[in-house]
Amino acid sequence: MKVVIMGCGRVGAQLAALLDSEGHKVAILDTDDYSFQRLPSAFSGTALLGNGTDEDILKRAGIEEADVFVAVTQGDNRNVMAAQIAKHMFNVPKVICRIYDPLRRELYSTLGLEAFSPTTIFAQILKEKIES
Amino acid sequence: MYIIIIGGGEIGYYLSKALLDEGHEILVLEKNSARNEFICSELGSICIQGDGCEAATLEAAGTGRADMLIAVTGDDEDNLVACQVAKYKFNVPRTIARIKNPKNEAIFKKLGIDVTVSSTNVILENIEEEVPTHPLTHLLTIRDKGLEIIEIKIPPESATVGKTVKELSLPSESILSLIISEERKPRVPTALTVIQAEDQIIAVTSPESEEALRIALRGA
Repeated sequence: MKVVIMGCGRVGAQLAALLDSEGHKVAILDTDDYSFQRLPSAFSGTALLGNGTDEDILKRAGIEEADVFVAVTQGDNRNVMAAQIAKHMFNVPKVICRIYDPLRRELYSTLGLEAFSPTTIFAQILKEKIES
Repeated sequence: MYIIIIGGGEIGYYLSKALLDEGHEILVLEKNSARNEFICSELGSICIQGDGCEAATLEAAGTGRADMLIAVTGDDEDNLVACQVAKYKFNVPRTIARIKNPKNEAIFKKLGIDVTVSSTNVILENIEEEVPTHPLTHLLTIRDKGLEIIEIKIPPESATVGKTVKELSLPSESILSLIISEERKPRVPTALTVIQAEDQIIAVTSPESEEALRIALRGA
């Protein structure tokens, strides 16, 4: 599979490394090249400096042939915008997006984005731990 | 009209001031407390501190009864989300977003934003109008119809000089509506009108046919 990941933070870098080690073709984007240090030295994919809400940068990352697009920067709005560009402008078959704000997550889910809120998920896990 | 403005920077401030003068009811949402205080002290209590992308803040601002929401923060993605939340959660009839990247115009349109204003494009258009050597000038965009009105000047060396309009291979989505001669004489072109050097041609075209029209009128 060809996967484009936007945001090379801990989650993005880890996901990129995992998919890369399983033989998928990974391109990862970040606006800060320091963040690429999080990638393991064995990483054989592409690390690209640039803003994933810019369609020219997305094209450079190979969005036109991508099977999957994942948006995991720190900014909810950046993730939402890039995910919608991938889905509606480039027709990427699978688009996944992180949205910290639970209310915003809810809205964009109803608008058809596959979106996860780590806030809700982690709070739920903690609650279950406390109750067990 | 009740108008909500997202972003109390320079643009948000002067926009609010102008719209207040026109008699509209204005509410500004601004994250920064210092900017918030500044606007309230200058324009009255029309500014609330908060994130205009958050549904809870928009709810408190009475977005449900707003006639229009204008997002003018410095970040395209924040303006997009503020407009989308207003549109899809609060059914605001008209949303306007400021954009920095001109390419976002098409994206925002596809994602449901009614109007985008690109400062980059506005400046570019002005430069095109001010620079006489520029072959093609955008005069007006007819937004809802996807058409634009443009002006093209015919240089003396152009291959089309001396040809009639029907001899030109004009793209089907373009119509020549007016020709102004060097002597400032305007005429409505017919199929038999002859193109002359230094003619200024006003045409209606789709953006896609713009390049083909330019080539048809001036040569490649």
